[in-house]
Amino acid sequence: MTTLACDVAIVGAGPAGLSAAVHAADAGLNVALVDAGTQPGGQYWRHPDESHPVPDEGEGHHGWREFTDLRSRLYAHETTGTLTYLRGTQVWLIEPARPAGVVLRLAPATDPAPAAGTVTARHVILCPGGYDRQLPIPGWDLPGVMAAGGVQALLKGNRTAAGRVAVVAGTGPFLLPVATGLAHAGVKVAAICEANSPTGWLRNAGGAVRAPAKALEGVEYATALARHRIPYKIRTAVTAIHGTDRVESVTLSRVDAHGTAIAGTQRTVACDVVALGWGFTPQLELVLAAGAETTVDVDGSLIAVVDDRLASTAPGVTVAGEATGVGGAPMAVLEGELAALCVSEALGVAAAPGGPASEGRIRALQRDRARLHRFAVAMHRANPVPANWQDWLTPETLVCRCEEVTHGALCDAHTELGAADARTLKSFGRPGMGWCQGRVCGFAVSEIAARFANRPTSADDLRSMAKRSLAAPVTLGQLAALDFDDVHEG
Amino acid sequence: MPELSLTFDGAPLSARPGQTVGAALTDAGVVAWRTTRNAGRPRGLFCGIGVCFDCLIMVDGVANQRACLTPARGGMELRSGRETEAPE
Ligand SMILES: Cc1cc2nc3c(=O)[nH]c(=O)nc-3n(C[C@H](O)[C@H](O)[C@H](O)COP(=O)(O)OP(=O)(O)OC[C@H]3O[C@@H](n4cnc5c(N)ncnc54)[C@H](O)[C@@H]3O)c2cc1C
Ligand code: FES
Repeated sequence: MTTLACDVAIVGAGPAGLSAAVHAADAGLNVALVDAGTQPGGQYWRHPDESHPVPDEGEGHHGWREFTDLRSRLYAHETTGTLTYLRGTQVWLIEPARPAGVVLRLAPATDPAPAAGTVTARHVILCPGGYDRQLPIPGWDLPGVMAAGGVQALLKGNRTAAGRVAVVAGTGPFLLPVATGLAHAGVKVAAICEANSPTGWLRNAGGAVRAPAKALEGVEYATALARHRIPYKIRTAVTAIHGTDRVESVTLSRVDAHGTAIAGTQRTVACDVVALGWGFTPQLELVLAAGAETTVDVDGSLIAVVDDRLASTAPGVTVAGEATGVGGAPMAVLEGELAALCVSEALGVAAAPGGPASEGRIRALQRDRARLHRFAVAMHRANPVPANWQDWLTPETLVCRCEEVTHGALCDAHTELGAADARTLKSFGRPGMGWCQGRVCGFAVSEIAARFANRPTSADDLRSMAKRSLAAPVTLGQLAALDFDDVHEG
Repeated sequence: MPELSLTFDGAPLSARPGQTVGAALTDAGVVAWRTTRNAGRPRGLFCGIGVCFDCLIMVDGVANQRACLTPARGGMELRSGRETEAPE
């Protein structure tokens, strides 16, 4: 059982949280870093188990040197004791502490043992990242269909290829590293299906984008696609997935600018893996539990409202990384540093002018963040979720995988019971009430509800699917072991 | 690197040290290890990162462990099965 008190607690050890932890410790703060994973890196720098070293640890990674630099600084701070790193530990509740500060309630991430613990901090920086955004497609519940990020996680963390012949589909630049990663691992990539027609960085890698590193990556991917002979099909979507007990094939359709499948363009492609990704959904449960304001971003994701110092509207709660808007790993690293510097200023430990926490550095980071943000907005605009994706659904298509709620059942909840917003749809039809608590279907259910009501998806739709009583699953034993007075009286 | 020896429904399953149970099953060509509560449909890995709970598996007699997060260890006994109720 952990009971820790510190200056700043950071949730998440991905690019944002790792950077925040290192910079906060550099600035002289006493830091607790809590992460559900067993080693740092988050989703982006997921790598093989460090306790069984492999010679080419950073294979397939971008910015690997930046990661190893941050990681060695993290471990150095851990050794000196300025920083406590709680691995394999998830935060499942966040509450205000008395008289000030924030309490985080902890549980082991995979071990079912009832070892509840707490961290009490003067300030927290939430860096919970996100996960692949999904759209239901007929047959997407067949084994062999995976989130694109999950396929990537198998490769990066386990050196495991999800199958032999893959179709990678959805929208956005992230489909490219997934496809080239698979090809590199010896998987035949039958097609990348990009639902949009990005006129930006892949086709005009040098010009359209004022982000040199990204342009370079674009050229790299274009070369890899050519080398592995991977067909990159634009305005094409996987509109159905077939198989009995596992994926056997997919239907590819040409789609118009709104995602409507064009009649007569359907083609069947055999495969045993389908990697699906429609951008990312930030993980907002802790932000919502903290009572911080949220809003809808340009990509349709619910995100935390933050000011230019990344402070949320909840006292003592700063947010960095994907939870402030999906912007990629370099932006997450930058935000981690910005958050750490601003928090150390707020806590009164800012170094002398010119030192790491100087206002000059903060302003420079704010300028760079604005530039990266413009780039992210351009990417989101080029890769929207197709407006008419719901036309691909059949009445039998599962929308909620956990509770096995079909699209037909949701239509009934609308026509027979009048459900016309996500909250009502959830209480009548039970989507989002199962194991994953709406993490996978939340976006889709919000969009389905909005279409029933013939209006755009609202922040309230998304919020009602993103609010969870607990930010992470805990066992009854863990709940029973709770002593709610331990914090308030202490 | 020496392989780890596990069992899946009593049959031998090998894993590389550092792999998750889900990755070891994938390498062995197993794509599903539980069936859903209502329709009895097969499920395996989906999100790959602990978010979706599709990959629930029984590990050494403890039900509902996420295969994508659980590190493989020598001697582990994995069992497929039907899904039980979600926690409220
Ligand atoms: C599966 C997946 C694979 C990806 N692969 C790539 C890729 O190959 N290339 C690419 O450019 N982009 C990739 N992305 C996008 C990329 O991960 C993000 O841009 C980047 O990682 C964002 O950094 P972050 O620090 O905000 O979040 P993350 O990297 O997501 O880190 C968040 C961390 O917080 C932890 N966490 C969250 N909630 C809690 C909690 N309640 N308690 C404890 N810990 C918690 C998580 O376990 C995680 O370690 C991927 C995304 C996903 C979801
Ligand atoms: S695959 Fe989603 S939780 Fe394991």
